[in-house]
Amino acid sequence: MSEIIDGFVQAVNLIVTLNPDILQIAALSLYISLCATVLAAGITIPLGGFIHFREFWGKQALITLIETLYSVPTVIIGLLVYFMISRSGPLGFLGLLYSPGGMILGQTVLIIPIMLGLVISALSGISENIRDTIVSLGATEFQSILEIIREARFAILSGVILGFGRAISEVGVAMMIGGNIRGETRVLTTAIALGTGMGEFSLAIALGIILLAISMIIVFLMKFISRRYQP
Amino acid sequence: MIGIEAVTKKFGDTEILKTINLTIQKGEIFTLIGPSGSGKTTLIRLINLLDTPTTGKMVFDGTDISDNEKERLSVRRRMGMVFQKPAVLNTTVEENVAFGLKFRGVERSQIERRVQSVLDLVGLPDFSMRRAITLSGGEMQRVSIARAMVTEPDVLLLDEPTANLDPVSSEIIENLILRINRELHTTVILSTHDMIQGQRLADRIGVIMDGRIVQVGTTNDIFYHPAGIDIARFVGIETILKGIVKTNEGGHATIDIGNAMFEAITKMPPSQRVVLYIRPEEVTLTIPDSVSLKSSVRNQLSGTITKMVPFGPFIRITVDWGTPLTALITHRSAVELSLAVGMTVIAGVKASAIHVLPDTS
Repeated sequence: MSEIIDGFVQAVNLIVTLNPDILQIAALSLYISLCATVLAAGITIPLGGFIHFREFWGKQALITLIETLYSVPTVIIGLLVYFMISRSGPLGFLGLLYSPGGMILGQTVLIIPIMLGLVISALSGISENIRDTIVSLGATEFQSILEIIREARFAILSGVILGFGRAISEVGVAMMIGGNIRGETRVLTTAIALGTGMGEFSLAIALGIILLAISMIIVFLMKFISRRYQP
Repeated sequence: MIGIEAVTKKFGDTEILKTINLTIQKGEIFTLIGPSGSGKTTLIRLINLLDTPTTGKMVFDGTDISDNEKERLSVRRRMGMVFQKPAVLNTTVEENVAFGLKFRGVERSQIERRVQSVLDLVGLPDFSMRRAITLSGGEMQRVSIARAMVTEPDVLLLDEPTANLDPVSSEIIENLILRINRELHTTVILSTHDMIQGQRLADRIGVIMDGRIVQVGTTNDIFYHPAGIDIARFVGIETILKGIVKTNEGGHATIDIGNAMFEAITKMPPSQRVVLYIRPEEVTLTIPDSVSLKSSVRNQLSGTITKMVPFGPFIRITVDWGTPLTALITHRSAVELSLAVGMTVIAGVKASAIHVLPDTS
């Protein structure tokens, strides 16, 4: 018990003294997950729009598949991306394995389903009335798609934030693709796992507090946005 | 200006519109009235080119625009539409009103000026910066009208614009529609299930029932000369009697309705089966002992008051003389005559106030 309390005291000490190791790890975590989020948003918003606005065979099945992939285990994505970018894989020439770039790619793949699903559901949340109004006001097809996406912006944004939350808190992809190399690919989650395994509880707790704080900020942001979204 | 030629519309197996033929003239207020579910919304949506007819043609200024998508957009841009449920986008009132102009590529500087002037028109001059979703239903509907009018359309379509509004908001909207038609000469097509609203606003009325236009005419035609029993009931004619013409001398007929004889002005020949329509406001009530002996009113029926229902400043009184007859009289008359349920009165109907149609049933 005293170990935990000691760990906690030291952890606070590490944070308030702005320990450079800890700052570097936290910054890298944020960098990788933010990049993955921006990339995934750049892919899923147009793709979600395409899936939503077009009628095609198997559309409902596709949406169900996307929803199923919300909870795909991170280690499965880790394995898949590992095969893709390992030296003998199809993307091996990029040399992404054990680099932040590879981790960004892995996390992007990981959060695409949940963001795509939430973009589609955000767009479906726009009522027929609003769609009819936009078309009736003389919008071309392209103008009305843009306007509906804009109308769904708050719901889409909460999907994006949720994707970021999944990216920054996952450990499977970061460990398998990044390799937890100190100063290069070590992020909050992998550092916590390692610290705990090696008995460095104060470090693990300090990083845990930071990760929790980031999660809290995410939840706060979501609540703030959803309050604006629903008058 | 707008021609609807043999148009039908099916959703799945359900035929919502059954062979509609209709012409809308430039500058008029055309009101579609009919019960809920009769196809009003479907027809208005077809006119706004939001849906395409299953069969038939939509003609705009002489051009068939049934299936050319580019043409449909340019024609749609000459119309403004107000939906039954006011739908505003989640942004400011100003941006909401500006959408139509933005879609048409109008310059920013012009947009601001035109939005302000149309907000003045609908009586919301200080609302431009308000968030649209926080407005009341009536205010939202006025924003919808502003949004439809800002592009100065040739045609304004309104689908039951006051169906969800309180009476004060409804009156504001009605006056606004009249102003838009009279001052800006915009052709207005309006649907309503409220026949009194139809009467107040319309130059011409089309009655739609069960997917068919069953009568088109002036307010007077529809309200005093309905073409059938369903229309008569819908436009508020409560007393509908069936009978047989006994005699007809130069258009003045006597009609046997079983327990009484009626006199009416009609060309129907003797032994023709007919239906008599009597509007409640055409019925007068007299107290028997008030010594009004001689009267030019040809039909006088003695009966008992069985029901009195207030109706705004009026009272709807049912007089039973073997058959019920409904009269609409002012509240004040009812008080002065001290009318009450159970009293005996004489219901009078002028021969010229009875609308007679052949009985086709």
